[in-house]
Amino acid sequence: MPYLKSFFVVNKAGGLIFHRSFSSDPPLRQNDYLHLASTFHGMQLMVNEVSPTKGIDGVGAIEFMETSDFVLRSFYTATKVQFFVTGSPKAEKLAEFLKEAHLLYADYIMKNPFYEMDMPIKCELWDIHLRALVDKYNRTNNT
Amino acid sequence: MSKVNLQRLGETVFQSSDRVSAELLALTYGSTVKQLLVDYEEPDEVNKQLDQMGYNIGIRLIEDVIANSKIYTISSFVDSAEIVAKVAFKMYLGVVANTVDWNSDKTEFSLQFDDNPLTEFTELPDRYSDLWYANILCGIIRGAYEMVQMKVECKYTKCVLRGDDTNEIRIVLREMLLERPPLDDE
Repeated sequence: MPYLKSFFVVNKAGGLIFHRSFSSDPPLRQNDYLHLASTFHGMQLMVNEVSPTKGIDGVGAIEFMETSDFVLRSFYTATKVQFFVTGSPKAEKLAEFLKEAHLLYADYIMKNPFYEMDMPIKCELWDIHLRALVDKYNRTNNT
Repeated sequence: MSKVNLQRLGETVFQSSDRVSAELLALTYGSTVKQLLVDYEEPDEVNKQLDQMGYNIGIRLIEDVIANSKIYTISSFVDSAEIVAKVAFKMYLGVVANTVDWNSDKTEFSLQFDDNPLTEFTELPDRYSDLWYANILCGIIRGAYEMVQMKVECKYTKCVLRGDDTNEIRIVLREMLLERPPLDDE
């Protein structure tokens, strides 16, 4: 049964500003998540440099990655904030999940006047709605 | 996307989003401007404050524009102008603007709109004749552009409250902010 593993938000400078794991896989250390995020960000910049064509969203970036253990889907917004999610192999509709997460980000992060731009996200409303979105995803894609 | 399609998109997003009463918006904005005039006294200074407040809104609002309109690509400045005029204006003000007076390099244009819900009930007293009452819009546009890597200058040039026949905001593209590694990155 496909399910979501982890979700990341990376700011335009390559800093990890949000991360959640949803699976029962053993967690990494917090620092490893930071490394992972900034490494991925660096890879994106390189891919963008060498990519001969630009994708539908105007940047030549990694959109999808598949391995035997997980799949990764990434979404680069025009503001250079990056969302990416990993799921178990065969997990589908990850792009749709990211677009919906982006809507929540626009609502509960950007419209929260006390959120400081580009800083780590610690917003309870966003947590709640994101959790609901993940549950909805796991429910609708498991039947 | 063509102008007509953008206009339709603006209409769709406008219809599907939550709205507050225009009166509440106009009154809230009015009392904000009034308070700024009390605090800063000089209309010029108030223009600046409104622009700064708008900027703070714009850098946040852009994400909402992108997420709700689902326009993930902004390929050029010319494209962006139509998105501001037909989609963003419709989404947040319920009116559609026109893009006019492009310069030959396509780096400058004016946004023209006849109706502005912010100014609907306002009459500008003579002593505040230097005030650009809805100057917050300039800041919003400037902030939003900056987040999508375009540095623009944004100035009110016509306002119906000053007796002009329409409202007009001039937008000038100053530079494309490209991400470059610093030169001494060794």
